[in-house]
Amino acid sequence: MLRGKAFKFGDNISTDHIVPGRLLHLRSNLPELAKHVFEDTDPAFAQRVASGDFVVAGKNFGLGSSREHAPLIIKMSGISAVLTKSVARIFFRNAINVGLPVLICDTDKINDGDELEVDLKAGKINNLTNKAQLSFSRMPEVMLRILNEGGLIPYITKYGNFRVL
Amino acid sequence: MGKTLAEKILSTKSRKDVSAGDIVIAPLDLVFMQDSTGPLTLRQFNEANLNTIHNPERTILFIDHSVPSPARELSNDHKFLRSFAKEKGVVLSDSGEGVGHQIVAESFAKPGDVVVGADSHTVTAGALGAFATGMGSTDVAIAIALGKTWLRVPETIKVVVNGRFAKGVYAKDLILHLIGQIGADGATYKALEFSGETVGMITMSERLTIANMAVEAGAKVGLFPADSVTQSYLESQGRGKQYIALHPDADATYESIIEINAAQLEPTVAKPHTVDNTATIKEVEGTRIEQVFIGTCTNGRLDDLRIAADILKGKKRHPRTRLVVAPASKKVLLAALAEGYITTLVEAGATIIPPGCAACLGVHQGVLGDRETCLSTANRNFKGRMGNPTAFIYLASPATAATTAIRGKISDPREVV
Ligand code: SF4
Repeated sequence: MLRGKAFKFGDNISTDHIVPGRLLHLRSNLPELAKHVFEDTDPAFAQRVASGDFVVAGKNFGLGSSREHAPLIIKMSGISAVLTKSVARIFFRNAINVGLPVLICDTDKINDGDELEVDLKAGKINNLTNKAQLSFSRMPEVMLRILNEGGLIPYITKYGNFRVL
Repeated sequence: MGKTLAEKILSTKSRKDVSAGDIVIAPLDLVFMQDSTGPLTLRQFNEANLNTIHNPERTILFIDHSVPSPARELSNDHKFLRSFAKEKGVVLSDSGEGVGHQIVAESFAKPGDVVVGADSHTVTAGALGAFATGMGSTDVAIAIALGKTWLRVPETIKVVVNGRFAKGVYAKDLILHLIGQIGADGATYKALEFSGETVGMITMSERLTIANMAVEAGAKVGLFPADSVTQSYLESQGRGKQYIALHPDADATYESIIEINAAQLEPTVAKPHTVDNTATIKEVEGTRIEQVFIGTCTNGRLDDLRIAADILKGKKRHPRTRLVVAPASKKVLLAALAEGYITTLVEAGATIIPPGCAACLGVHQGVLGDRETCLSTANRNFKGRMGNPTAFIYLASPATAATTAIRGKISDPREVV
């Protein structure tokens, strides 16, 4: 069971919003880069976020560049899952590959600052602030298996190959 | 059952009869990364302890995003990439060679290939009939080690384009129009497959512009058939032998079909801060522009520089408007020098930047000032994309860009071509 508060964002939050190209020189220094996560969108995010919190977004979260630094530094900031109406393809794969769950659900029922409880196994989200109950769709089996191992590197280390069929 | 291009390529490669929705393990013909995603890719590769590169001759490290390096951290990233390339014998495309996607088109991708790159615009090679898609660093780290990856066979949206572009209207206007119509998530997880008579009338350069931006609608691939246009392009690059014809089956199943009449299109512009925020030129005409940028994997090819040079010949950029031009590759630069386009552009007041991504991603060579406006031939205009979150980026064709550079405000290229 995951528990934390919601940081609400709008539609079409691109990987440039999460980690802009102007910070390219910090990409081999992830702890430093992580201090700037969402800087251009919510400058106080990195200071306010606490371990276990959630990023909650509108549609098409993570569009744009393939930079995996985006899900990586979201995860490093303490975020336990991204809840979004829909997610861009490359971001989705990247997030799962680094062990950051992305849950597709109707985020209209979540407001900024709401306390949430997420049951990953049961597929349920409990909004403790407004009492809304949400469910999220099951992700494709292959991604679930990778996520369950903690990401693609631990998965491949364990199995030595893809075992998706 | 008939197959789309995506189903056809993935069936052949996985040696199974697959259709949309199936998961395949596909062997890879080409895997690449670049200097902004490469260091993480290689660290993940080392972390996974896999040690060997499956196919070093078909693994490329492009140093194109920040060349020549503007910062010592980036110089050290480049050093890391170079030493890895030397140690493992993989292909290195170093500073000065150009943007990876352009080089992949010129020298590597061929019809029927499956290509993955640690860069979202890997879709560009779909213009050659390759199933080419972008992934992140970890996926690519595993791809270079195993020589394969998992893929879900995408549903396909067929885009049927008929009619001839009016004067002053180009492939860039078509793809901007399409993205404006279906939205930045209109093709998420799906393949866009282009067909219709217009496809046979346009050049490979124009196909590359269209395929390049498929990802701006969320698409996994933007595919063109391999036909006589593909064949002559491959021949022009000394790769005629790599041609195979590739067409979708007439009875293939499509998720939807979008029809576009190219003759009715107008010069189109994407307004800040999303690519699907499109307008026709008349709606944005007159907007003051401080910097015009011509280049990138979308529109930095020889045809693009020729279109710009033809408009700028004998003219000067507006004194208030900077003009930055970056040829997409060394090959493009050499040809543009030979044709005299570079001279024309420099005489018109352009700053020529070495082949590479340059101002596109906001690292260097054209970073915008506070609240400045830029009209760019690139593919993205997200807030902060060109290095300044207070700046405004408009996207358009090279012709609109050149006309705008002369007048200092967004202007209709149909008045000058
Ligand atoms: S030119 Fe721009 S869009 Fe193309 S690869 Fe370089 S940074 Fe990415």
